[in-house]
Amino acid sequence: MLDKDGIARRIAQEIQNNYYVNLGIGIPTLVANHIPKHIQVCFQSENGLLGMGPFPKEADVDPDLINAGKQTITMIPGASVFDSAMSFGMIHSQKIDLTILGAMEVSEMGDIANWKIPGKMVKGMGGAMDLVASAKHIIVAMQHVNKAGESKLLPTCDLPLTGIRCVKKIVTELAVLSILPEGGFKLLERAPGVSVETIKKATLGKLIIEGEIPEMAFD
Amino acid sequence: MINKKVASAEEAISDIKDGDTIMLGGFGLCGIPENCIAALVKKGVKNLTCISNNAGVDDFGIGLMLQNKQVKKMISSYVGENEEFERQLLSGELDVELIPQGTLAFRCMAAGYGMPAIFTPAGIGTEVAIGKEVRNFNGKDYLLEKAFEANFAIVKAWKGDTDGNLIFKATARNFNTVMAMAGKMTIAEVEELVEPGDLDPNQIHTPGIYVHRIFQGKQYEKRIEKKTTSV
Repeated sequence: MLDKDGIARRIAQEIQNNYYVNLGIGIPTLVANHIPKHIQVCFQSENGLLGMGPFPKEADVDPDLINAGKQTITMIPGASVFDSAMSFGMIHSQKIDLTILGAMEVSEMGDIANWKIPGKMVKGMGGAMDLVASAKHIIVAMQHVNKAGESKLLPTCDLPLTGIRCVKKIVTELAVLSILPEGGFKLLERAPGVSVETIKKATLGKLIIEGEIPEMAFD
Repeated sequence: MINKKVASAEEAISDIKDGDTIMLGGFGLCGIPENCIAALVKKGVKNLTCISNNAGVDDFGIGLMLQNKQVKKMISSYVGENEEFERQLLSGELDVELIPQGTLAFRCMAAGYGMPAIFTPAGIGTEVAIGKEVRNFNGKDYLLEKAFEANFAIVKAWKGDTDGNLIFKATARNFNTVMAMAGKMTIAEVEELVEPGDLDPNQIHTPGIYVHRIFQGKQYEKRIEKKTTSV
């Protein structure tokens, strides 16, 4: 089973050379720590920055320079800043190659819910509805089951949707799965030490298992 | 050229009245018009509709106006980090319209460019789409979203001149430029106000035509919401 950093490490393997990538809040933010040295990648922050760098040293903290999670950050050489309309313009015109975000639920059709729990949590969708509506490729980083042990990979989402038929790939503490165009979670890899049986039990939506399922490989 | 300079935040917001719709620039607490918010709190205007990406925190930013019960409706994309907001929302005191962040930016942009509406795929198939016109272009569905109509836009820039030309710094630009373009009456507060000619025309982000009143703000706190450092 993977911890949060392990999920981020596995997702980092999906990033290809010269990708522009938007990272959501939570586990996705950790992906930046695991990019292989030989890969060139540029991170976008949707509040208006391309070329987001690591967190600043104490002396370099600038209140005018934050990421979409409102954390203080830095810019790498070659960075650029712009306004919110241009930022979402580059998202909707599909200049961003990959969006990595968290989810509360994903359906076997690729629907995602991650912004609202009626009666409990109303924080808003932020940029998530824009990102999932237009991203060329979306990877979801999430826990396979909730705290009560119930599956978050479902036939249909129960929570209010963020977007429909958009998720292509999911990395959880148990597995890597792709979502097939005709529907269904196709099991691609198992986390170290996790059996297919465990993944079956944790997946309420349609799970497709073909042949031998390899264990995730880490360098 | 045309001098837009006013003496203070109080003068700049003097004709904002109960029931007005105002846009406020900023993302989180980054790039918010601190001086104008303080003046609005002091003035005590009520029943405002505020269009702003966020609603501040309990004791700073738009949160101060919420504490003072001046806001009737918020139009935002993300309103976490604010307990008073959540309390007023759940008790029904406050009306809230949550919309996708790109839609918020584009509805400002549309107003600034004189376009009545835009089409966006954000929100298709979700509760955001309820009651809205859907059009299909090249096999993909889009929602029709209307341009905002706001009596006032209040923005904060890094530098400005008395003609109203503005320059922003880093990610404090965010919604400020599109809101400046969208307001019927746009008020800009700046950290440094200079004379015409002192700013390089090649570096201007917002041309002065969009700005109706400008003043140099005082004592910027620039509170950081989530200070995160590395060793």
